[in-house]
Amino acid sequence: MLELDDLRILQEDFSLSASWSIAPGALVAVIGPSGAGKSTLLSAVAGFVPVSGGRVLWRGADITRASPSARPVSILFQDNNLFPHLTAFQNVALGLRPSLRLTADERGQVEAALARVGLEGFGARRPAQLSGGQQSRVALARVLLQRRPLVLLDEPFAALGPALRMEMLGLVAEICRETGATLLMVSHDIRDAEAIADHLVLVSDGVALGPVPTAEMLADPPESLRRYLG
Amino acid sequence: MSDPARQARALALLFGGLVAGWLVMLNFGALGAVTWRAEGLSALRGSDWAAVRFTVLQALLSAGLSVLLAIPIARALARREFAGRGLLITLMGAPFILPTLVAVLGLLAVFGRSGLVNQMFEALGFARFNIFGLHGVVLAHVFYNLPLATRILLQGWAAIPAERFRLAAALGFSGRDTFRQLEAPMLRDLVPGAFLVIFLICLTSFSVALTMGGGPRATTVELAIYQAFRFDFDMGRAALLALVQFGLCAVAGVIAWRVALPSSLGGGLDRPVQRFDLGARGLRLWDAALILAGALFLLVPLGMVILRGAPYVAGLPAEVWQAAGRSLMVALGATAATIAMTLALAHAVLALGGTRGAVLEWLGLAALAASPLVIGTGLFLLIRPLANPRDFALLVTMLVNAGMAMPFALRLILPDLRAEMATQGRLAAALGLHGWARLRIVTLPRLRRPLGFAAGLTAALSMGDLGVIMLFAEREGATLPMQLYRLMNAYRQDDAAGAALVLLAASLALFVVFERWGRGRAGT
Repeated sequence: MLELDDLRILQEDFSLSASWSIAPGALVAVIGPSGAGKSTLLSAVAGFVPVSGGRVLWRGADITRASPSARPVSILFQDNNLFPHLTAFQNVALGLRPSLRLTADERGQVEAALARVGLEGFGARRPAQLSGGQQSRVALARVLLQRRPLVLLDEPFAALGPALRMEMLGLVAEICRETGATLLMVSHDIRDAEAIADHLVLVSDGVALGPVPTAEMLADPPESLRRYLG
Repeated sequence: MSDPARQARALALLFGGLVAGWLVMLNFGALGAVTWRAEGLSALRGSDWAAVRFTVLQALLSAGLSVLLAIPIARALARREFAGRGLLITLMGAPFILPTLVAVLGLLAVFGRSGLVNQMFEALGFARFNIFGLHGVVLAHVFYNLPLATRILLQGWAAIPAERFRLAAALGFSGRDTFRQLEAPMLRDLVPGAFLVIFLICLTSFSVALTMGGGPRATTVELAIYQAFRFDFDMGRAALLALVQFGLCAVAGVIAWRVALPSSLGGGLDRPVQRFDLGARGLRLWDAALILAGALFLLVPLGMVILRGAPYVAGLPAEVWQAAGRSLMVALGATAATIAMTLALAHAVLALGGTRGAVLEWLGLAALAASPLVIGTGLFLLIRPLANPRDFALLVTMLVNAGMAMPFALRLILPDLRAEMATQGRLAAALGLHGWARLRIVTLPRLRRPLGFAAGLTAALSMGDLGVIMLFAEREGATLPMQLYRLMNAYRQDDAAGAALVLLAASLALFVVFERWGRGRAGT
């Protein structure tokens, strides 16, 4: 269970507070107007943004000060999710062994992950030789292999078309269900959120409102969400 | 909990700290040793003050002339498209890695007593002129630094957006208006930095003054240190001169600290600026004449080295080849040391960040104003109580070369490392890539190009360096530049010509091999 205990993030002219928890295995979309702090919230959970107060707890353990790689987190950013000089195989293998020194068994796992996302035989290619959708699949194969219990998506599919984006999100949801992972994803398209997420977090006016079941929130949207949806 | 991210940071700071300590030792410790071990300072003579005056005067003249001449040449190059333009601009980078003695021999073949120009003068009935002295030193420095200044200013012109020139044409600007509105502001930004870099380079001039100077009236402080040390065995005076030289460099370094120094080695020069005010025939001829004069000034001396040396390479004595082998080892060792130290320092600069990072970066660049002869004298005095300094001649040369090349390597590597950290730092952190794994899997492959370029520069600079070795070496154990100097002094002109060509070829080959390696298999 991910728990944000009176978490506060203060930057120059920006502040955000959150105090809630997410049940294990939940698929949560973070929505809200741009600039409200959706990405910042995810970055704080991942350990890239220092918090000025409160705690981040994972299964009761305080991870507020842990370095990014020491957290139970797989994260995909908006861009720069792959190293351009490494092959698809190597990029995926980093999820297993950051040293890239793999045993035969581990090589098999990497191949299996690539096959799982539909990229069998693409292992030798570099990112520049892959389409945008294929690049996303490589990153997802790595998430699959990392087997971290908390998956964070900071709009990694924003550059893809609507159909392809939906396909990728579907794949993410499948992977999370398979591994039992909790998903926290930023979304600026309410339809994406509706299709994938069982809960919504609304970030607006400096507050991240705790997860509410998707259907419930959309049936009776709060004032700020109504303004956002227009 | 042991956190690999924190361990990696600690490691970066440790290695960076070691390098910083070494640099402080090299830059300041050597000076301390000079003052402590000098066994009492003797007074400066009148000739020493003449050396100080000469050093400053020749550096001012060299820097001033280089920049002044570079302005019209860069302007002509910036706005003209012609066959071989790219090649010419590439060649303008060559003097930077050209061994000083090779350049001197080339210049002597053109401007020397029986050089091309004097032969022409004689045929026309004029008196021959003597190249040695102030004008010879300045000539050699301009030969070295005019291309550098031209490249710096060319970057300035390339950085003015083509749309500005289009707008200027649409508004009916005259050539003078264009200059005042677009080009003069750019020059105001770049000229002080270019002047200062060249001034600093010329301030520590040793081998040019050694070969082109004319006796006591044309001696730099660096050369005076060498003479006091080697011929008069007067440690006290050598130490005092070293202090004077350090003071000169410190003053220049403080000024440089305030003026933004240009990053002179980058690319982006391959396209001429599109201009709309180029129709006039007179202007075309003027530009062509400027470019031709610049090219000839650069290429004829180089061509002479090749022409004169080629017949004598095969018959060179064995000691020249042995010296070449020693120089190669020194160059490769210095390259490895420079790259390792630069990577360590650059990582520490970024790990610290802020003011402390900037101080560390400044320390790495400070060697630009450091004097190899002062450092060499200091190391000599430090080693002497423990062992025979002469046994360490090659090692000391290698280490001092490595320190001297660091400012350039740091300039090349740090910006790319910073960019790499900015774009991929989060991904690497999220994946738990730290320390050696990160260096091996991400940093080194991504920085291949600047690393190759920096390695090539270091190897070539070290191969051609004639400095500290002159303090240390005995008759045996000479490097190739030192062997060449001996041949020149012994008036063995043919062997000298052949050795110069070998030295030129070795320096260029080292540069090309490393630079090519950097360009190969560059993952985008």
